[in-house]
Amino acid sequence: MKLELKGITKSFGALVANDHIDLVVESGEIHSLLGENGAGKSTLMNVLYGLYEPTFGEILIDDQPVKFSGPADAMAAGIGMVHQHFMLVPVFTVAENVALGGESTTFGGILNLNDTRAKVREVSARFGFNVDPDALVEDLPVGVQQRVEIIKALVREAKILILDEPTAVLTPQETDELMEIMRQLKANGTSIVFISHKLREVKAISDTITVIRRGKVVGSAEPGTSTTELASLMVGRAVNLTLDKAAATPGDLTFKVSNLTVMSDAGQRLLDDISFSVADGEILAVAGVQGNGQTELTEAVLGLHKHISGSIMLDGNELVGRSVRQVLDAGVGFVPEDRQDDGLVGEFSIAENLVLDLYTKEPYSRWGSMNRAVIGKNAEEKVAEFDVRTQSAQDAADTLSGGNQQKVVLARELSRPLKLFIASQPTRGVDVGSIEFLHKRIVAERDAGTPVIIVSTELDEILELGDRIAVLFAGKLMGIVPGKSSRELLGLMMAGLPANEAQAQLDGNAATMEGERS
Amino acid sequence: MSVTAKLSPSIAADRVAIRSWRTPIMFGVLAVFAVVVFVLLGPDGHATFRLSQDGDAWQVPNLVVPAKIFGIVVAVGALALAARSYQQMKNEGRISKWVTMTFAVLFVMGLLVWIIGGTNTQNITLVGLFTGAMLITTPLVFGSLSGVLCERSGVVNIAIEGQLLAGAFTASLVSSITHNAFAGLFAAAVAGMFVSFLLAVFSIKYVVNQIIVGVVLNVLISGLTGFLFEKIMKTKVDGVTIFNQPTQLPNLPIPVLSEIPVIGPTLFRQSIIGYFMLVLIVVIWFGLFRTRWGLRIRAVGEHPKAADTVGINVNRTRFLNVIAGGAVAGVGGAYFTLVAVSSFSKDMTGGLGFIALAALIFGRWNPIGAALAALLFGVAGNLQSILSLAGTPIDGQFLAMLPYALTILAVSGFVGKSRAPAADGEPYIKG
Amino acid sequence: MSQQIETAKTPSPPAKESEGTHLVREIMSGNAVISVLAVVVALVIGGILIAVTDPRVSAASGYFFADPMATLSAIWSSISEAYGALWRGATYDPTARTWQGQLGIFETLTFATPLIFSGLAVTLAFRAGLFNIGAQGQIILGATFAGAVGFGMHLPPVVHLLVVILAGALGGAIWGGIAGFLKAKTGAHEVIVTIMLNYIAISLVLYLLKNQLKDPNSSNPISPQMDANALFPLLLGPNFRVHAGLILAILAVIGVAWLLNRSTLGFEYRAIGANPKAARTAGMLVSRGYITVMLISGALAGLAGVAQIAGTEKSLDSEIAGSIGFDAITVALLGRSKPWGTFFAALLFGAFKAGGTSMAVNADVSIDIVAVVQSLIVLFIAAPPLIRSIFRIKESRREGVSA
Repeated sequence: MKLELKGITKSFGALVANDHIDLVVESGEIHSLLGENGAGKSTLMNVLYGLYEPTFGEILIDDQPVKFSGPADAMAAGIGMVHQHFMLVPVFTVAENVALGGESTTFGGILNLNDTRAKVREVSARFGFNVDPDALVEDLPVGVQQRVEIIKALVREAKILILDEPTAVLTPQETDELMEIMRQLKANGTSIVFISHKLREVKAISDTITVIRRGKVVGSAEPGTSTTELASLMVGRAVNLTLDKAAATPGDLTFKVSNLTVMSDAGQRLLDDISFSVADGEILAVAGVQGNGQTELTEAVLGLHKHISGSIMLDGNELVGRSVRQVLDAGVGFVPEDRQDDGLVGEFSIAENLVLDLYTKEPYSRWGSMNRAVIGKNAEEKVAEFDVRTQSAQDAADTLSGGNQQKVVLARELSRPLKLFIASQPTRGVDVGSIEFLHKRIVAERDAGTPVIIVSTELDEILELGDRIAVLFAGKLMGIVPGKSSRELLGLMMAGLPANEAQAQLDGNAATMEGERS
Repeated sequence: MSVTAKLSPSIAADRVAIRSWRTPIMFGVLAVFAVVVFVLLGPDGHATFRLSQDGDAWQVPNLVVPAKIFGIVVAVGALALAARSYQQMKNEGRISKWVTMTFAVLFVMGLLVWIIGGTNTQNITLVGLFTGAMLITTPLVFGSLSGVLCERSGVVNIAIEGQLLAGAFTASLVSSITHNAFAGLFAAAVAGMFVSFLLAVFSIKYVVNQIIVGVVLNVLISGLTGFLFEKIMKTKVDGVTIFNQPTQLPNLPIPVLSEIPVIGPTLFRQSIIGYFMLVLIVVIWFGLFRTRWGLRIRAVGEHPKAADTVGINVNRTRFLNVIAGGAVAGVGGAYFTLVAVSSFSKDMTGGLGFIALAALIFGRWNPIGAALAALLFGVAGNLQSILSLAGTPIDGQFLAMLPYALTILAVSGFVGKSRAPAADGEPYIKG
Repeated sequence: MSQQIETAKTPSPPAKESEGTHLVREIMSGNAVISVLAVVVALVIGGILIAVTDPRVSAASGYFFADPMATLSAIWSSISEAYGALWRGATYDPTARTWQGQLGIFETLTFATPLIFSGLAVTLAFRAGLFNIGAQGQIILGATFAGAVGFGMHLPPVVHLLVVILAGALGGAIWGGIAGFLKAKTGAHEVIVTIMLNYIAISLVLYLLKNQLKDPNSSNPISPQMDANALFPLLLGPNFRVHAGLILAILAVIGVAWLLNRSTLGFEYRAIGANPKAARTAGMLVSRGYITVMLISGALAGLAGVAQIAGTEKSLDSEIAGSIGFDAITVALLGRSKPWGTFFAALLFGAFKAGGTSMAVNADVSIDIVAVVQSLIVLFIAAPPLIRSIFRIKESRREGVSA
C-alpha cells in the first residue's frame, strides 16, 4: 500500500505544528521521520491516524484521496499505530485490549473473547512474541506491552504501521529485536513509518529518511548519509556533537552510597543493594533504560522514598532518614527528570519558581512573610545570567519553552553553594541550542569542585558528560566503567550483564558484534 | 525476550515485602469491640426474630437466639478471624476474600442480635425490617446504578441527589395531571435525563470540573423543585392540591414466590419499579462485564485516550452513559412519590442521593456490590426508625451515621481496596 | 494529556492529585465581565421562571392574541415586583412600615457574615488543591463546640466570647482536619470524606441535642440559650441583627489574603495546590500542608458556626448551618477563590438572602428562586465559553494548546 501526504498543515491557534508537509511512503518501505523533540513528527502522525484533523492538505492511499474523521477510519484504511505512550488499558487483559474497538461478539453484543485470544496467539506465534492473551497488561514489562500494541495493529490487518519513538523505552538489545520484527513485517509487505530522533537507529533500519524541523520538511536523505550531515539537517545548523570538556580532576570521595535498597509501596524492589561513590570535581553518569531504578536512585538521595535501607553519606553526614528540606539544606542541588511535573509550578511566575525551594530562607522571606522585592531582583539576575528567553520574570513558567524551563530549574538549583549536584535527564525535550548551554553549566559546576551525578537514558549524553559511567538494570548496579567505554559494552550492561561478563562477551566475539552494527 | 523474561519473575517474587496492616488492625479493633460490647456489656435473655407474619400461608417458627451466648460466639469468631487475617497478611501479603466476608457477616449478625436483645421487647419482625428497608434501598440502588453508569465511563456523578429529587417531583406532577402512574414514571426518567444532560453538557462539553457541576446541580434542582412546589403544587382547587395527588403504582405480588418467608414479602411483593430494579442490577452487571458495550465503557473510564485511538468516541460514550444514568436515577426518584409516599414534599430525598454515592463507592463501582451496599444501608436506616420506638442499647443516630462512616473507612483503605476507574473525574480533551 | 497517561499507568492513590491542579486553574481564570454577565443571565432565567409561574401572567396570556400588551405588562409587573422587592429588601426599602425594616442593607450584612467565613474556608482549601465540600459539617461542629461553652459555662464578658470563638474554631478545625488527615495519610478523596462528614455531623448534633446538650425545659431537640456574655455585641444596637462577627469576618478576609499572597505558608499551599509533586521535590511537606490547610479551613468554617450561634441564632439546633455550607461553595466559586472576591461574593449572596425573604413576603415569590439564581450564576461562571457564546464575545485570552 502506498501512502502519500500532500501539503499537510496543522495549526493550534497561532502555533503551526505542521507546515505544508509532503511525504510519500512506498509500499513495503521503512520510512523514517527524523526530527528533534517538538519538530512536529507526532502531530503529523496523529493527523495521519485520524486523531487530529488537518487544517489544510490531503492524505492519499494508493493514489486515492481519503478523509479520516477519527482513528476508526484510519484503521479501516489499513493504518496502524504504536504510540510513544502505550494506548493500553492497564486493568484489562491482553485479549481485552486487542479486542477493544474491534470486538467480535455473539448475538446481542456479548463479547466473544475466545476469538480474540486465538488471533493473539496466532500473531504471537507468527512473530515469536510469546504473549499470553490472558495476562493483565499492568503486570507486563514495557517490552511486552509494546508487542501487545503491535499485535493490536496486526490483528486489524494494518498495511501501514506507524511506530512513534518505539525505542525510547527499550534496551539496545530489545531495540535490535524490534528492528528484526520491523524487517519481518516489511518482508510481509507492510509499510512502516518509523519516528525517531536517534540518528543511529534511523540509519540502521531505513529505506528512506525524511527530516522535519519546526514543522516543515527540510529534506530527505539516504540511509548512507553521514551522522553529522543528518544532525545538521535536523538541527538547522552545523552541530558540534562533542562537548569541549577538560579531563576531570577528581578530589576526595565526599559522596558515598552503600548498600542502598529501595522498596515501592507495593513491595517491589526498586533498587537492590547499590554501592558507589562520587568524588569532588567528577561527573558520574548513570545509564540505563528508562525504569530500571535511576529515578528511584535520585529520589532516594533527595529523601522522597519511605522504604529505604542502606546509607547515603554526603561530606560525612548521613542523608537517609532526612526530609527533603534537610537534604536540600545539606547542600544538594536537584534537577528532577520531569521538569513540568516535579521541577516547576507551571502557573507560578518565573520569579516564584526561582525560589521554589529557597522561599523559607532569608532574604527571600522573614518571619514567615515573603519579600517580593528581593525575589523579583533575584529573578532579574538569574534570567540574565542563564539567558532565559522571556518577556518578564513575572510571566508564568508554563509560557516558557522546554529549554528555557530547564534553564530556570538549573538556575535555581545552582544558585546556592552545593556539595552535590544531581540532574536527571537534564536535556530531555530541549532544543539543541539549550543543550549546549546546559551541558556547559553542568561541566562548570564540576570544574568548581562539586561532585555531580547525571542520569540519562540517552547514551550520547552519558558518553559526553560522564567521567565515569554507572549502569543500572532492574534496580541493580551492573558496574561502573570509565567514561570512554564503548557503546556495545554499555548496551550489554543495560541489558543486564555485569560489567565483567559484558566485557568478556565483547572480547569473545568482537568480530560478530562488529558485523551486526552497520 | 531474554531481558523481559529475566525481569518479570524477580518483580513478582519481591512483591510481598511491604504489607498494609490497615485491615487486620480494623478487624482487631472490631473484635475487641465485640468482646467488650457483645459479651461484657451484652444483654441477657433472648433476641427473637419473627420470620412469618400472622397472615402468611407458610408459618415458620421464630428464630430465638440467646443474646449473651451468641455474643460470645461472635466475639470468639471475630478474634479468630482477626488473628487469621494478621497471619495471612504476614505470610502471603494479602487477606483472602472469605475471611473478610465471613468477618463482615458475623459482625453484622452479632450487632443485630445485640441490638434486638437490648430492646425492651427483645424481638423484631424480619419482614418488617426488610420491607421497610426496601423503601430506602430501592432509591439507593437506582441512585448508585446511575453512579455506576456515569463513573464507569469516567464522569463523577455527585448530582445523584438532584436526579432523584427531579424524578420524584416530576413523577408526582405528571402522575397527578394525567392520572396515569406510568406517565409519571416515564416523565421522571426524562427529568433525570434532564439533570444528566446539564451534567454532561457542563462537564463534557464545557469541561467544567465534574464535582462542581454536581454540587451546583443539587442546589439548582433543590431550588427549582422547591420553587415550583410552592408555586404549583401548593395551589389548591376546591381545597385539594390537584397537582400533588399522584396516582400510585400498585404492588404486584408474584404468585408462589411472594409466599416465601421474609424473601417473598421483601422482593416479590413490589411495584413495577422494584422488579425493574432487580432486572436492572443484573442487566447492568452483565452489560458492563460481558458485552462489547461494557468493555468500551470501562475502557473510556480507565484510559480514554486508548479508547479514542481504537476508534471509540470517548465523549459521546460518556454523554450517552451520563444520560442513561439520569434516566435510571429518575426512575428511582419516581419511587418516592409513586410508591413510597403519596405526594411530593420539599427536599424529600433527604440526602439519599449521597448515601447512594456512598453505596457506589462501598460497592466498589460494581452494580452488584452497590446493590448489596444499598441493602445494608437500607437495613441500617430502617433499623434506626424501628428502634426509635423501642428502648435500645444504641442510639439511632449512630446507625444513621453507619453508611457514611463505612464509606470513609472504605475510601481510606480500611475496608478492602476501593479503586475508582482511573480516569474518573478527568475530562477528556483530544490532543 | 501526558498526566492522564501517567495516572493510568500508576494505580496508586496520588494518581488523583492532578485533579486539584486542574480545579485551581479552572477557578482562578476568567474575568470580571464574565462574572457580571453570568449574574445577569442567571437573573434573567430566574425572571422567566417567576413570570411563567405567576397566575396573573397565565391569566393574561389566555387572551394574548386579543391584547398582547396585557400579557407583556403582566410579565413586567411580575418580574419587576419580585426583583424590586428583592432589591429593596437587600438594600433600602422606603415603603417598609418601620424604619428598622427600611434598612435591609444591615440584614444583608448579617446574612453575609457566616458566608464570608465559610466562603473563605472553601477558598483557602481550593488554593491548596482541596475541594472542601464539608463546610456544612464544619459549621455544625463549630456551632456545637461554641454552643457547649456558650450556654454550658458562665464567664466574664469578653473572656467568654473569646472562649466561644476559640471553641468554635476548634470544632470546625477538628472536622476539617479529619478530612485533611485522611487525605494526607491514606489518599482518601477529600470530596467523598467531607460529604460523608457532613451527614455524620448532623447525626452527631441530633444525638447531642437529645442528650448532653438538650435544653431541659424544652421537648424539642434544641439547646438552651447562649449566655449573654457569650454573644457577639450588636453593632448598631438592638434594632438590627448585624453583630461584631462581621468585624471578625473582615479581619479574617485580611488575614487569609495575607496568608495566601504574602506568607511562606501560603506560598506552600499554592504550590501544593498547583503542583503537589513539584512542591514535594522542592522540600515542602505535602501531607502536612493538606492537614494544616484543612485545619485552618475547618476553623474558618467553624467561625461561621460561631457567627450563627453567637450572632443570630443564640441557641443550637440541627438546622444551625442552614444552607450556608453549600452556599459557601458557590460563594468561593463566584469569588474566583480569591479572599476579597469571596468577600464581595458573600455580600452579594447575603443580599440575595435578605432580599429573598422580603421577596417572599412582599411579592409572593418563594425564596427558593434565590437558590436557583445562585446555582445558575456559578454554572455560568464556571463555563465562560457558554457566556461568550450567549453574548457573542470574542475570546481575548490565549488558550494554551498542548500538542
